[in-house]
Amino acid sequence: MKIDMGSARFRVIRDADRCINCRICVRQCGFGAQKYDSELDAVDTEDRLCVACHRCTSLCPTAALSIEERPLAYRRSGSWSADHIEFIGRQAETGGVLLSGMGNDRSLPVYWDHLLLNASQVTNPSIDPLREPMELRTYLGRKPERLEVQTQPDGTIRLAKQLYPAVQLEVPIMFSAMSYGSISYGVCESLARAAAQVGTLYNTGEGGLHQNLRRYGANTIVQVASGRFGVDRDYLASGAVIEIKIGQGAKPGIGGHLPGEKVSQAISRTRMIPVGTDALSPAPHHDIYSIEDLRQLIFAVKEATEYTKPVSAKIAAVHNVAAIASGIARAGADIIAIDGFRGGTGAAPTMIRNNVGIPIELALAAADQRLRDEGIREQVSLVASGGFRCSADLVKAVALGADAIYIGTAALVAIGCHLCQKCFTGKCSWGIATQDPNLAKRVDPEIGAERLVNLLTAWSHEMREMLGGMGINSIESLRGNRLHLRAVGLSEKECQILGVKCAGEAM
Amino acid sequence: MKDKVKVNGSELDAHGLHYSELNRQILRLLRKGQQSMTLRGVNGQRYIGAGIQAKAQLAVHGTPGNDLAAFADGLQITVYGNGQDAVANTMNKGKLVIHGSVGDLLGYSLRGGSVLIKGSAGYRAGVHMKQYVDQKPLLVIGGTAGDFLGEYMAGGDLVVLGLGCTADHPVVEDNIAPGMHGGRIILPEPVPEYSLGREVHVYELTNEDLAFLRQTTLMYSQTFGASAQHILQRRFVKVAPKGARPYQAMYA
Amino acid sequence: MQRMLEGEFRIPSGCAVSGIMNCRGIRFPGNSIVDSISLMHERSNGLGGGFAAHGVYPDLPQHYALHVFYSDHAAKEGTEELIAANDWTVAHDEPIPTRKTGLVADAPLIWRYFLQADLSRDDRHSTTGVDDRMLQLVLAINDGVSGAFVASSGRNMGVFKGVGYPEDIGEFYRLDEYRAHTWIAHGRFPTNTPGWWGGAHPFGLLDLSVVHNGEVSSYGANRRFLEMHGYKMNLQTDTEVMAYALDLLWRRYEYPLELVAAVLAPPFWKKIDRMPKPQRELYTALRTVYGSLMMNGPFSIIVGWSGGMFALNDRVKLRSLVAAEQGDYLYAASEEAAIRQVCPNPDRVWFPRGGELVVGRISPQQATQPHEALATGGDVA
Repeated sequence: MKIDMGSARFRVIRDADRCINCRICVRQCGFGAQKYDSELDAVDTEDRLCVACHRCTSLCPTAALSIEERPLAYRRSGSWSADHIEFIGRQAETGGVLLSGMGNDRSLPVYWDHLLLNASQVTNPSIDPLREPMELRTYLGRKPERLEVQTQPDGTIRLAKQLYPAVQLEVPIMFSAMSYGSISYGVCESLARAAAQVGTLYNTGEGGLHQNLRRYGANTIVQVASGRFGVDRDYLASGAVIEIKIGQGAKPGIGGHLPGEKVSQAISRTRMIPVGTDALSPAPHHDIYSIEDLRQLIFAVKEATEYTKPVSAKIAAVHNVAAIASGIARAGADIIAIDGFRGGTGAAPTMIRNNVGIPIELALAAADQRLRDEGIREQVSLVASGGFRCSADLVKAVALGADAIYIGTAALVAIGCHLCQKCFTGKCSWGIATQDPNLAKRVDPEIGAERLVNLLTAWSHEMREMLGGMGINSIESLRGNRLHLRAVGLSEKECQILGVKCAGEAM
Repeated sequence: MKDKVKVNGSELDAHGLHYSELNRQILRLLRKGQQSMTLRGVNGQRYIGAGIQAKAQLAVHGTPGNDLAAFADGLQITVYGNGQDAVANTMNKGKLVIHGSVGDLLGYSLRGGSVLIKGSAGYRAGVHMKQYVDQKPLLVIGGTAGDFLGEYMAGGDLVVLGLGCTADHPVVEDNIAPGMHGGRIILPEPVPEYSLGREVHVYELTNEDLAFLRQTTLMYSQTFGASAQHILQRRFVKVAPKGARPYQAMYA
Repeated sequence: MQRMLEGEFRIPSGCAVSGIMNCRGIRFPGNSIVDSISLMHERSNGLGGGFAAHGVYPDLPQHYALHVFYSDHAAKEGTEELIAANDWTVAHDEPIPTRKTGLVADAPLIWRYFLQADLSRDDRHSTTGVDDRMLQLVLAINDGVSGAFVASSGRNMGVFKGVGYPEDIGEFYRLDEYRAHTWIAHGRFPTNTPGWWGGAHPFGLLDLSVVHNGEVSSYGANRRFLEMHGYKMNLQTDTEVMAYALDLLWRRYEYPLELVAAVLAPPFWKKIDRMPKPQRELYTALRTVYGSLMMNGPFSIIVGWSGGMFALNDRVKLRSLVAAEQGDYLYAASEEAAIRQVCPNPDRVWFPRGGELVVGRISPQQATQPHEALATGGDVA
């Protein structure tokens, strides 16, 4: 018995006066919602298939198309949303697990929106970033508690002991882990080129490193995940940083499957697995069942690369994140990356994405404070990620305690993503989350890189303005400087965890 | 820990040395062009041979620590003793022979070369083994193996000969190859249905499988001095995936 | 309404600073420093003034001199119990002599003690030195005894401060009767009116005294770094974090002063990038490891210690600082006029660049020749 409970979510409005029947929308729609009827010689839309990715509206030469949300057809209920009803419908039909793409879309509090920044007035000056120096350079890596120096006979002072290698970022914004497979090659190359141009890093994710991209190694974080796809000595040697992926904010405790149909020739080569097989990355590394095992793997990659590069460990923000972060620091990681529950993904079980993990703001604040309580915060770098939408979010993250942040979703939006959340279908009309060559070719690495460079340039400029306003001319003076944050609309407990005062409270 | 390593020609005295120092000395000798070396007094030093790209021969006497030959790329390592956990972790190429048994997680994500264990292996041997074109790993365990043998295995050949197995210590007790979606595991009967992961079947050996098993057994017996004939008296079967896409129908 | 004191919230303030030292260690009376700081009357607002004098107690040079404010006798009793309980022996104690002046009101009880570590407790085998023990005592008093505040705790030095204009505070404490080889002074312009004696400057920490002008924007970052190293911010002022940063880098880590300056006011990356390799590595390491101790935003500081005096500006020079030399004397002040007030014709006047250290060190050979200078006046204590 077929009971279709999935009604169309969107309606595509076609202005007949404007439509010139050019069929661009038909060719552009990756989801087959736009159809050409040759008998009628007319284009029509199957609303049920529309995901509101806006590819058609963006490319329609006469602006004949618009998309609107269909009105709620269900009887109003404070408990049962349209999603709940339709999810059950789909599951009753298929017996399957619900999948989603991108980050958690529930309207849970975004703490960035409850935090406000400071600016100088009278008692100290704001700084004009256009004319005065303003430094965003950040080093990620392990630092000694105390620097050892020696004075030479001629009176000059030198380092007595070199620091462990660190990586230099010209802006404290990196592109987060997105594997070749989950995204198209063009996006990978866009990210790599942009990172190289700006002087920051992109992250391969767990899908290996394409041969063509090895030349961007100095701007690459190579990830080692449970499936070890594409991981060999050369891969480890190629990157500037090695990141051990423990978890991901969108799906803490859950692994990933790259479905076999996406494992093309090129992906097969990059991941070092046969064409067409599922690529399974279960949640745990089977050599990490405990914190001392993480230490073992950290030092395995350090030995294998002769201690020439920092090692990061990435975890999802979960309830005990602060203690875990402390354990990671003590396990020898040089960088701790924490991914909050709004972090993106190519595919995650919907229930996991929407219900597991905690917001990055609270996780970051708790981890930074814990590391400080233990006196080891300065010895490691802390990277935050998971749903950063604008430069103000990241300035607030630095003030809470982050050394740098990762952006994933924002980077994809810069190259066309409209957050339709259908990444896992492989039909992405924008050519981003797809391996279909006809779709993937839509991302031109040159244009993609340019748009990403523009984004980072714009955000850097905005960061400088905000720093200047606070009277700070170097990013490290904002790091963990929570006195520059004030809360609005938060409970005392939330303020306490965030370590911020309420707006209106004095310094 | 001593800070000076004793080097005598191609011999290294590892006694009491920290792994970092030991590995640095190995690299130093390799870079000087040393083609074979012997490590004596090894006891617990981790990461021996980790990440080394070379064809040299390494004889290890003692008990090497965890992650022996991790990410190794071409080394020919022979261990006279037992190995610990995570032997040949993500090893890419080369040969590792262990005249003894090993702990858990043997050959995690092994993607090339061959690993021969005279005795038994602990839990989770051959997890995530993979193959790609001419990169096809071989993992041979002379004795028995622990549960979760070949979990998530995506390629390559895994052979368990079952020497010394008893009713109390079967070749593999339970959870054989859950999530396996590539490669083959050859092991002696019986392989009860309950012990199999959902994604695999037990198959009769094909002629090709049989030829491969004979060849592997021969290699084993030549290496460790066992009788191939004796080993092959038992009936062997193959565990292989039902398909390369175990979770195709999992999502709504 | 209950008054809010320093320590309960953060008070930025503007100020005037001045310092004078004799590089041969010759001790001179306090008149000149009072003259110098009072010229900058307009930079203060009467809510705080103070002085530090180094070399001021030559009769008991090895004893820790504790200057303490008490709001009542109970605070005094509590403090003296703590001193004894922490194994310190009082060699001498007395009220600090003051002069009645109509311009200074609401003075607390002001007492000084000369303390010696009780060596029955074997500090040779202790991980903390005697200095650390003294620091712990000061923290214990400031933290634990209600109504007591230690203004200074160093050897052969003392801090004289209070609520009022600096010239009135100088008069109140009879500074014309003291001699020191290094004097530093502060006139305060706080952005609110706590009017608490302990909140006035200089800030004294063991042998260091610090005066400071400006408000740094990095306070929160500086503070959280120092908290990790065991410091507790009692006053929540920039001067306090500055003093603790100096204590950590200079006393505990024993870094040369030029490195300390390079942490507080580091060169910009583009300058570091142009340095030759060994130097570049050093400065890159300094900024990566101690970035959180950079004092970002406007400041000028003058620091006195047993060995002399130094002055430092922020790296983009957002506060004024002038230095001068004449003969054996080194001067530093917020304004040139404050120097010329007491030294009309210096041999050299200069305007240090941002981050450039002005340092005067007492030369020990010369310092052994006692010499009277400038004006006359008797020592106390």
